[in-house]
Amino acid sequence: MNLTDLTYLLPELILLLAATAVFLLDLLWLKRPGAEGKRALLPYVALVGLGLAALGLIPSLGGVRQVATMLAADPFAVFFKALAIIGVAVVILTAIPYLRGRTPYRGEFYALLLAVTLAVCLAVGATNLVLIYLGMEFLSITSYVLVGFLRHDCKSGEAALKYFLYGATASAVMLYGMSLLYGATGTTDLGGIAAAFASAPQGAGAGLAWLGTPAIILLLAGFGFKASLVPFHQWAPDTYEGAPTPVTAFLSTVSKATGFAVLIRVFMVVLAAMQYQWTALLIAVSIVTMTLGNLTALRQTNIKRLLAYSSIAQAGYILIGVAAVWMSGATFTGLNGVLIYLFAYLFTNVGAFAVVTAVESATGATEVKDYAGLVTRSPWLAGLLFVFLISLAGIPPTGGFMGKFFVFGAAVQQRLWVLVAIAAVNSVIAAFYYLNVVRYMFFTPAEEGAEPIGVAWPLRGALLVTAVLTLLLGLAPGPLITWATHSVQLLALR
Amino acid sequence: MVPLTWYLVLAAGLFCIGVFGALARKNAVGVLMGVELMLNAVNINLVAFWRHTAVSGMTGQLFAIFVITVAAAEAAVGLALFIAIYRQRRTVNVEEIDTMKG
Repeated sequence: MNLTDLTYLLPELILLLAATAVFLLDLLWLKRPGAEGKRALLPYVALVGLGLAALGLIPSLGGVRQVATMLAADPFAVFFKALAIIGVAVVILTAIPYLRGRTPYRGEFYALLLAVTLAVCLAVGATNLVLIYLGMEFLSITSYVLVGFLRHDCKSGEAALKYFLYGATASAVMLYGMSLLYGATGTTDLGGIAAAFASAPQGAGAGLAWLGTPAIILLLAGFGFKASLVPFHQWAPDTYEGAPTPVTAFLSTVSKATGFAVLIRVFMVVLAAMQYQWTALLIAVSIVTMTLGNLTALRQTNIKRLLAYSSIAQAGYILIGVAAVWMSGATFTGLNGVLIYLFAYLFTNVGAFAVVTAVESATGATEVKDYAGLVTRSPWLAGLLFVFLISLAGIPPTGGFMGKFFVFGAAVQQRLWVLVAIAAVNSVIAAFYYLNVVRYMFFTPAEEGAEPIGVAWPLRGALLVTAVLTLLLGLAPGPLITWATHSVQLLALR
Repeated sequence: MVPLTWYLVLAAGLFCIGVFGALARKNAVGVLMGVELMLNAVNINLVAFWRHTAVSGMTGQLFAIFVITVAAAEAAVGLALFIAIYRQRRTVNVEEIDTMKG
């Protein structure tokens, strides 16, 4: 640890300071009479903090560096840190109108969102099992509070309870896997574990190296919980439905991406010697995840639940990309598809939830049938939701299409024909329930006396950013592809 | 010295009891206690591995201390949640907390 290390820790330090600042300002202004106007500035303070944190990423660009022995400032981590910062910024914009009138403790909400961004930054950069555990747990515990934030809302509490009970169990299982890895290799450093497995003698007298196999399965429980993979997904529908909608947007994108980032780093780098074992496992999990997610989504009537099951299915598609990666030397061919998918999915899904937030803020309705005739009540919202839904279904010219193209392409190159066929069938099933919402919006008449829906300014900003980027990533994906490819090729420890 | 295997069997047994508790208990506090047992099994594992196989350093012990600390934080948040829910519904029985389904 020396002073130059601190420049690579700038995003984390800035986020810590910003979160503390928002907490303290909220405390200071809460007691003062007449400071209500000032408290309305808190989300913008949080946004400035996120902007500064994004600038703090600049020193970490390019090159792979070990920071303070337990963190890596490599392009892979920078990619996910940027993803988290952008995602949380859009989530804050959607939260501004949503929280108005729902809870008086709005300042804490933004401070917690900054803290959760800090947790993501630590988890995606960690190169030591101890720090991975701490980062994931920091993320989980803060998320439990965010999910249960609306204390007087029955559903919010229930959502938080379910998330907490599943999350605590999953993290304990993951931890057991970590303890086995530590036992098999005698170290918690990812590079050290990789070296120990690569040089471990095979067959009889191989010592404790056989512990690697159970460790893979146990670790998958923890990472799969965050990424909402079947069979660790049961919390997702209830939590997504009950949580405040901006938090749902966060959980289904940034939190999920973190699960994938940690999974990729641990499986690709540390357990590379056992790739044949975990590839088969991931393929099986991927098939079950997308099939179950899509089939259950078909019979959902609540839009948040529908998007929850759709997000489980999307996790299955993303996992195809992870399973289809092959390694040659220090480069990971095919992995860039996963990053492209996650980035496009971020804007698409946050955008979809932003539309849901807009409708929910104005009418309080979250059922699919409440979207009947949305095109007459608010043509803009209907049009934007249409864009997000076709992007989720993977129809060009949207970012979602590019993501699917690269992920399925990697699977084709690996000759995983069965997997590709099942994914294609699933995409068709998914298109059915996405377009069903479109049918309600455009072709079903609105109820009598339905009023036009007004959208608050911050939410308009969020919708604009997500819609423009969803389309832009589909029309001009060049820069993203270059960036994602650069980010995975340097995914190595030292 | 007690052999490593004994510790591992003890930890595995404790972990299984914890998993059973987490899955079978109906009271949310009981589920949380099951999770705590699982975490304690991990701690036994970590310290036993540290004593018997670690190359160098105090990593195993340190990891165990971190686990204990984080478990305390997790329990604090969890119990706060349980209290909030108990105030609303007068129960923390997980089978009765099921307004959302499907």
